[in-house]
Amino acid sequence: MKAQNVASTKNVAIDEIPEGRKKIGIFLLEILAIALVLLFLFPFFLVLINSAKQSADIIISPLNMPEKWGQLFTNMNNVIHNQNFNYWKSFFSSLFITAVSLVLISLFSSMAAWILVRNKTKWSNFIFMTLVAAMIIPFQVVMLPLLSTFRELSDFIGIRMLTSYKGLIFAYIGFGGSMSVFIFHGFIKSIPYELEEAALIDGCTPEGTFFRILFPLLKPIQVTVLILNGVWIWNDFLLPSLMLGLNGKIKTLPIAVTSFVGSYVKQWDLILTAALLAMLPIIVLFIFAQKQIIRGMVEGAIK
Amino acid sequence: MDVKVKKVLSLAAIILGIAGVILALIMDFSGSENPLRGAILVIGGLMVLAGFYFLPSKNHKKIINVLFLFPLLLAFTVTVIIPFIFGVFYSLTDWNGIKFENFVGLQNYITMFTSNDYMYSVVITFIFSAINIVLVNVIAFSLALLCTSKIKGKNYYRAAFFVPNLIGGIVLGYVWQFIFNKVLTVLIPGSVSMLTDPNLALLAIIIVSSWQYSGYIMMIYVTGLQGVPKDVLEASAVDGADRLTTLFRIKMPLIANTFTICIFLTLINSFKQFDLNFAITNGAPSRILNGVSILSTELLALNIYKTAISKNQYALGQTKAVVFFIVLAIISLTQVAISKKREVEM
Repeated sequence: MKAQNVASTKNVAIDEIPEGRKKIGIFLLEILAIALVLLFLFPFFLVLINSAKQSADIIISPLNMPEKWGQLFTNMNNVIHNQNFNYWKSFFSSLFITAVSLVLISLFSSMAAWILVRNKTKWSNFIFMTLVAAMIIPFQVVMLPLLSTFRELSDFIGIRMLTSYKGLIFAYIGFGGSMSVFIFHGFIKSIPYELEEAALIDGCTPEGTFFRILFPLLKPIQVTVLILNGVWIWNDFLLPSLMLGLNGKIKTLPIAVTSFVGSYVKQWDLILTAALLAMLPIIVLFIFAQKQIIRGMVEGAIK
Repeated sequence: MDVKVKKVLSLAAIILGIAGVILALIMDFSGSENPLRGAILVIGGLMVLAGFYFLPSKNHKKIINVLFLFPLLLAFTVTVIIPFIFGVFYSLTDWNGIKFENFVGLQNYITMFTSNDYMYSVVITFIFSAINIVLVNVIAFSLALLCTSKIKGKNYYRAAFFVPNLIGGIVLGYVWQFIFNKVLTVLIPGSVSMLTDPNLALLAIIIVSSWQYSGYIMMIYVTGLQGVPKDVLEASAVDGADRLTTLFRIKMPLIANTFTICIFLTLINSFKQFDLNFAITNGAPSRILNGVSILSTELLALNIYKTAISKNQYALGQTKAVVFFIVLAIISLTQVAISKKREVEM
């Protein structure tokens, strides 16, 4: 009896709004959502349609649909073979820098985090606290002395650190390391030590325990670390522009777009096609791995 | 392999490695231009590390501890800690990007606080951040409510709102420069570009920045809203609460923590804004203030960059960066304090 009573009062509360009106409400919300999505994605649509036009048409009628979509491929061809943009070269530079940095960041920071979690000493605590505190250091305060430090270091050790892949990747490990260690640290803490203990008792070496037992367990958090650092490194402009220069030999995609814009201020057909080509890889990746990307980036922020 | 042989081999590797490192350093100090000295140094260093790794020893666990921490801490120290310490120091000198000659005390700080362009940047950065925080959070929270309502295809909408956040600010900045200069002027016939008016140009950056960042903040609100317990919502429905009451009295107080996170994330992000600023206006147009012409949309991060890189005043740029750091540190510490306090209350 009692349960029935509760159920009926609940129904009254929900049924206050008649079924028909509720449906109309949801329908209106759906229309609103679609309108907002179109508004949000409109800039991308503009890039697409104007990448398929000639410069003069863009200026006269930027909102019209292109006359011939074939122009898109002509423009792409022009951009790809343009000396200043050199799409494939910059694409592979970006890819190489991002991929190598990601592998090294996730390897080195999970190794470091593991040591810091499993050794509770004054030193490990101090190192961890320094890494966490360093997360609030903005890039601006280190960027100028970083250049002079790297320049002097290059002279000292005889290895070129500025204008080279290795120097830039080294810097990404340094800048990405603190947050990655922090994220791994939180995750490793939740893995029971008994697993490693068992392996150690069976005669496994400490490094073997890490690579055979712990490392495979880190997969879910590796995804988060890879996505957070990956999106950042792929899109980063300031660090590579300072280290590689805007017109140096090695260009990442954002740098290539910038130096391209600098040399062709008015040629919007080529600039927009260049922008389209720069966006394309990450949008394609997003279509295939939406869920992981959104989850990875949001988790990283909340931690 | 025999333990003794292994020991001898690893010791040999360590000794050879150290010899290599010393040789490379001697070459450096004697001013040798031998191109191999970098390679000798790295190979020497790696031999020392490998030697210690293979050395049979009772302290193997401790050696592993050091070896595992070494690569990350080396990169971190060289790229963050050393430049940071030097940076604070350089702000007290007449550093020109390569070397410094005199210790000038607080002179740079005085120059900075009495210069028009810097104080103007401070003011507009605060205005920019304030408007941006309100806009981003209002848009993001509204979108989050929309994307947690009963409509169909929520996941597609979420993904669509999230897209702008995936593309770098530089590329998006150029695209929007095109929209402001070439599209909006056609859409509204006879109008001039927003980017030619000092106030509207700042508004333009705010619009793009909110557009780019809202989808990201929305996802954090969505996560928060999904965490509101179902039984609490049912209980309020039983008690006859209408939708607005549920929103203001139940949902919003329950996700207060999410609001703190989002507001601080937006604050820090706005304060550090560089890419969009660089690509959309690069500081232009100029405006006359107290009889001096200054760039009207130069936010702090861009001001620091231009002081050092374009005007070649490295010490002054570094000083501005140190103050920039102090402000951001205060903001971050406030956030930590607020969330700690809330944890205690819960």
